[in-house]
Amino acid sequence: MENPIAVSGLIKAFGRTRALDELDLTVRAGEVHGFLGPNGAGKSTAIRVLLGLLRADAGAVRLLGGDPWRDAVALHRRLAYVPGDVTLWPNLTGGEVIDLLGRMRGGIDRARRDELLAAFELDPRKKGRAYSKGNRQKVGLVAALASDAELLILDEPTSGLDPLMEEVFQHWVGRARADGRTVLLSSHILGEVEALCDRVTIIRNGRAVETGTLTGLRHLQRTSVDAELAGPPHGLAELAGVHDLRVDGDRVRFDVDTPALDAALRRLTEIGVRGLVSRPPTLEELFLRHYESAGAAGAPAGVAR
Amino acid sequence: MTGARHLVRLILRRDRVLLPIWVLLIAVLPASYAETYAELYPTAAQRAEYAATTAGNPSIEALLGPAYGDSVGALAAQRSGLLHLIVGLISLLVVVRHTRAEEEAGRRELLGATVLGRYAGLAAALLVTYAADLLLGLLVAGGLVAAGLPAAGSLVFGLSVTLAGAFFATVGALAAQLTESAGGARGLGVAALGVAFLVRLAGDAGGAEWLSWLSPLGWAQRTHPYVGERWWPLALLAALAALVGAVAFRLSARRDLGAGVLPPRLGPATAGPALAGPWGLAWRLNRVALLGWTIGAAALGAVLGGAAEAAGDAVDGNETVARLMERLGGSASIAEAYLGTTLSITALAAAGYGIQAALRMRTEETGQRAEPVLTTGVSRSRWLLGHLAFALLGPAVMLAVAGAVTGLAYGLSSSDVAGKVPRLTGAALAHVPAVWVLVGVAVLLFGLLPRISVGAAWAALAGCLLLGQLGAVLELSQWLLDLSPFTHTPQVLGGPVPATPLLALTGTAVGLATAGLFTFRRRDLPA
Repeated sequence: MENPIAVSGLIKAFGRTRALDELDLTVRAGEVHGFLGPNGAGKSTAIRVLLGLLRADAGAVRLLGGDPWRDAVALHRRLAYVPGDVTLWPNLTGGEVIDLLGRMRGGIDRARRDELLAAFELDPRKKGRAYSKGNRQKVGLVAALASDAELLILDEPTSGLDPLMEEVFQHWVGRARADGRTVLLSSHILGEVEALCDRVTIIRNGRAVETGTLTGLRHLQRTSVDAELAGPPHGLAELAGVHDLRVDGDRVRFDVDTPALDAALRRLTEIGVRGLVSRPPTLEELFLRHYESAGAAGAPAGVAR
Repeated sequence: MTGARHLVRLILRRDRVLLPIWVLLIAVLPASYAETYAELYPTAAQRAEYAATTAGNPSIEALLGPAYGDSVGALAAQRSGLLHLIVGLISLLVVVRHTRAEEEAGRRELLGATVLGRYAGLAAALLVTYAADLLLGLLVAGGLVAAGLPAAGSLVFGLSVTLAGAFFATVGALAAQLTESAGGARGLGVAALGVAFLVRLAGDAGGAEWLSWLSPLGWAQRTHPYVGERWWPLALLAALAALVGAVAFRLSARRDLGAGVLPPRLGPATAGPALAGPWGLAWRLNRVALLGWTIGAAALGAVLGGAAEAAGDAVDGNETVARLMERLGGSASIAEAYLGTTLSITALAAAGYGIQAALRMRTEETGQRAEPVLTTGVSRSRWLLGHLAFALLGPAVMLAVAGAVTGLAYGLSSSDVAGKVPRLTGAALAHVPAVWVLVGVAVLLFGLLPRISVGAAWAALAGCLLLGQLGAVLELSQWLLDLSPFTHTPQVLGGPVPATPLLALTGTAVGLATAGLFTFRRRDLPA
């Protein structure tokens, strides 16, 4: 079966700036795929190409087995999209917008719609102009999640939601996955990505710099070690792959590359270990490493080996 | 009031272009009217004849207000009669723009958290608008004096404009306290202004003086400029404005930020069966405008149609005016020539409505409300056609109603309803193809040059207006006049209906709209 989203070498330029610079993105059927990147990295541009709102300058883009520009209408019946800033018609109520969008997608599950309204605590009788930012997002989310679309494209969908509603959102995305739907989730909220996503793609300057499962990505990263030793930590600093070593009496803290972890632990046990805390890198650290090196032009900075 | 000073500067900064433009544009009008009258009717006898025929004609008095004398000043003051309405409208909109619209957008909240008194926002908006109205009034008076008119009359007229503006600015301030949405506040304010205008119009048309005295717009005109000035109606306007303002300030102190005095109404929790696709959505977005424009056209048609017979009688015997009217309206009877002219003006308004409806697509796009629709199973073509239907049929409905009501009113006064209704409905509908051409231009601009489409489409309408109004006067060359689709609209009142120009115009409109559709389907929809 073909992947729901298969993008390779996608280029999109606005004037002289290249918003997407040979982007690759593959989303497999039935997975929740995290799409991460700093502001202006090209996430929304990529999504707009996938939605057929923008035309690709070059590269191959396949969406649900079709061409998102040429087959836009047929493909749109099979997907639901929530933008990061849902805007509503001021004189239509939330309930009317949910029904309208549902009907234009080719049907809405009434029971699920009511369940979602209750779960998100959304009053569907208010006019569009009367909703707060968070409630506008809820209208978009209910409309998308109540549809039977096989692909959900969510562009920072939870901006403006409170933590309680964030939890409701995660629950419903989980249900969507359990129903066998595919989700592309662009997000800034790392906890959300960590809780939901099977695989992630990190993009920077319009190019994918990292893609894979979270575990796989972690594997490429350094592990933090904090150990209390029986003696002075001789010979640790000389080991290849050990970074940022800090010694405080018998206590050492350092980061170590995954391939060098074994050697480092051996050295520690030779000295004698009284206490040990080791921690995989958080997604945040993984992220910051990519984001902060944004100045280093082009090449993915050091991590993707 | 703390902080009002900063807000005043903020408003002046935001309106630094708009404010001077409208003040200056309006300020030059009365003086230019005065100069035109002085040139056209240099002798007292000519002016007396003009005052007795045209200026005293019920339809003209209905539209502009009474002429109190036959001096150049009195005639110019009458001719400037719509100024009170226009300045009132602008002042009202400016106040809503800087009060309720700011609040609705949430920007007021940002400022409210700084050192800002409870009344500062409202006070600053009113202060700026009052100052602009005062400046405008003084410029108007100065211009009239410079045109050689007596100072007292010039000043009383200038101040009547100032106070009409200030009064409706205050009405806007009150409306802004009542509703939660800026649109609702504008609607309330404009409705109040419309009632004031219609009451004055009805009073002046029927010669019912007491009725005109019920309208603040009537007060502004009952200052008798250049004919034994009356100053006290100005005090009346100021007193009523103070009363309305006091209520507005009271209300603003008692309500929460962002809330209105009138509670927002809840709507249906589910969509009705009609709201199922781009057509249903376009209907919901357009129906209020369609209703408003059609009612306006009908009201105008009723007044002008009812006065046509009298207009014909009044001009009878005046060779120059008769010839002029015939040239403009192109038919035998003076009354019908007059109606032909008014229908041309209604057609321009209908084109304005059509362009507005077509440009709604652009507002939907920039407001990111096109995107959620276009990412469902709705194609770009269907979405565009839904809006286009209203841009094309809306003006047609409006013109048909305008023509039918004009015919009805004219038929009642000339006891020929059966004859006049189809005749004038047909004459009104003859303008539809030309209106469609302008709608087609707007659609093509939207598809091809979306960034400049709004400005360019309105500029096209303004161009047609200028060509139509000034073309004959300035004796512009024919190819220039031919640029306006209205030049090609045949005058069908009292003549056969030539099909060729109507079909050619319709074909042009279809071609333009189709080109717009194709370019729109092929272009990017950036965020």
